[in-house]
Amino acid sequence: MTTIREKFIVPKRYNTVAFVLMALGIIAIIVLYIYTHSAKGPTDYLQRRDARFWASLLQNSVYFLLVTNAAMFFFCATTLAWAGFQMSFRRVTEAISACVPVIGIITTVVLLSVCFSSNHTIYHWTDSQHVAEDPVLNHKSGFLSKPFFTIWTIITYLGWSFLGWKMRRLSRSLDDNPLNLEGRKKYMWNNTVWAALFIVFFALTVMSCTPWLWLMSIDAHWYSTMYSWYTFASTFVAGLALISLFVVFLKNNGYLELVNQEHLHDLGKFMFAFSIFWGYLWFSQYMLIWYSNQPEETTYFINRIGNRVVKSPYQGLYWLMFCLNFLAPLLIFMTKGSKRNYTTITFMSLLILFCHWLDFFQMVFAGPMKDPNTGLTHVPMILADFGVALGFVGLIMYVTARTLSRYSLVTRNHPLIKESVIHHT
Amino acid sequence: MAVKKFITGNFYDEAVLFPAVTKVRRAGYKIHDVYTPFPIHGLDKAMGLRDTGLHTAGFIYGITGTCTALGFITWALTLDWAINFGGKPFFSLPAWIPITFELTVLFASVGMVMTFCYLCQLAPFVKKDHFNARSTDDTFVMALECTDKTNEQEVIGFLNNLGAKDVEVQYRETEWWLGRYDKDTKRFERKVEPVH
Repeated sequence: MTTIREKFIVPKRYNTVAFVLMALGIIAIIVLYIYTHSAKGPTDYLQRRDARFWASLLQNSVYFLLVTNAAMFFFCATTLAWAGFQMSFRRVTEAISACVPVIGIITTVVLLSVCFSSNHTIYHWTDSQHVAEDPVLNHKSGFLSKPFFTIWTIITYLGWSFLGWKMRRLSRSLDDNPLNLEGRKKYMWNNTVWAALFIVFFALTVMSCTPWLWLMSIDAHWYSTMYSWYTFASTFVAGLALISLFVVFLKNNGYLELVNQEHLHDLGKFMFAFSIFWGYLWFSQYMLIWYSNQPEETTYFINRIGNRVVKSPYQGLYWLMFCLNFLAPLLIFMTKGSKRNYTTITFMSLLILFCHWLDFFQMVFAGPMKDPNTGLTHVPMILADFGVALGFVGLIMYVTARTLSRYSLVTRNHPLIKESVIHHT
Repeated sequence: MAVKKFITGNFYDEAVLFPAVTKVRRAGYKIHDVYTPFPIHGLDKAMGLRDTGLHTAGFIYGITGTCTALGFITWALTLDWAINFGGKPFFSLPAWIPITFELTVLFASVGMVMTFCYLCQLAPFVKKDHFNARSTDDTFVMALECTDKTNEQEVIGFLNNLGAKDVEVQYRETEWWLGRYDKDTKRFERKVEPVH
């Protein structure tokens, strides 16, 4: 066997691309700000223009935060299960999870700005006058209130950052420190406990409260207990796609010698399975609301796909996103060959990342873009939001590569590394 | 049905089995099958087995199930016996998805089990022989198929060199049959017929 390249050297062009993307993102934010704040008109029109700017930041920062956090969920869940196959590309998932504190800062700032802004278009439950008159929002005010929102957002950010830092440190502590049998047993126990703590915290955040607070509260009257799971499924698939992209990138540059098609096959299977899981959750949420047909529940879907009377401008986007997120992975990833092929994995990863971004786009925008006077919603110019997204992509590229280059690419002393080397699906 | 001659070897370790499979294939002997108590990853590749069409068949069965469910419900609830359920349209697709899903799974799973049984020539009451009872317990049994030109001693020596234990010559019918191998021993006392 040839020697293993443990040290990742960031290619010069890679960083250039990352910086260009980040610059594009900043330009897009500035352009969007000037565009949304240069108009003149009645106050509520100006407020909706302002909300359109913040909604873009909200959608992008929350999406990319949850996607990078999904990488952390991936390695914590597999650690908890003592899964060996992930050890060969474990450092990639760890490096992606290192983006969480960075993007988390941006997200926290954006969320708190939106929450404490004088403009209540996005989170209309922040308007105390409105809440006092509205019995539904009044009833929910224990949960949907500024203090709870602030505290929970900060706890979420700190919890993810701390547990991620702890898990990464535990993993790196083995690099120059081969353990004996007793040490290994102790390490496995330690690692499992910390991973379990993260999973519990993840259940309290992404799988329940956090999407309700951050995203579902945009349509504050509407509620769905499926919503958090739906968001989780969406971002977990996208997170797996991101991991796969980095694995393919590193393989193409001659790193990660221990990763072979078997590991790629597993990532493909994960993407296949969780795309179906996403479709299942989408359908569960949709069918119950469609079936019972209660006006306060159906508003969410009327804003997005319309009904016989009201046409929604999001309809095309919505069904496109649905087909590409569910049917495309279902049919394309069905065969064994497609999951072991670098080209299909790359193509599908890009498709999944983009289409779940579209999913978040309709989740965030359809509500605040609604004109209360006409009751009509509209799709804003999506290109600007895409520019903002590119900025986040650049940031993820930069932070991930930086983390990868600072530590060994191989978890050479981990007790389960051999299992990954001989892994066979 | 022809009765064939086989030479079987018993392997105690995967690490011995894998190189043996490669060497046997390289030497040009025909591996009838390797019987193992549990699935061994990579053995199919080592033996050079090609993929079966089982998954394609599964997909076709699944699609058939989807079409059957959707076709039948559509016909029943829109044409044959249209009923108004709570003001929903007659063609109310979301309500049918669970049934469509169930039927897809049912068709695919039952169809695949039956196809699998056909491909492996398995059926209830059909006795399949695996040359050595220990292949259901703790060892891997490799069966080499012989022709009338095969030099028995040479093959036995070869297998012994590769680390096989209890190497022996056995006669077996090639196709499946109804009956019990452990009771009906007479059939195997015959001499080998030439295989074409």
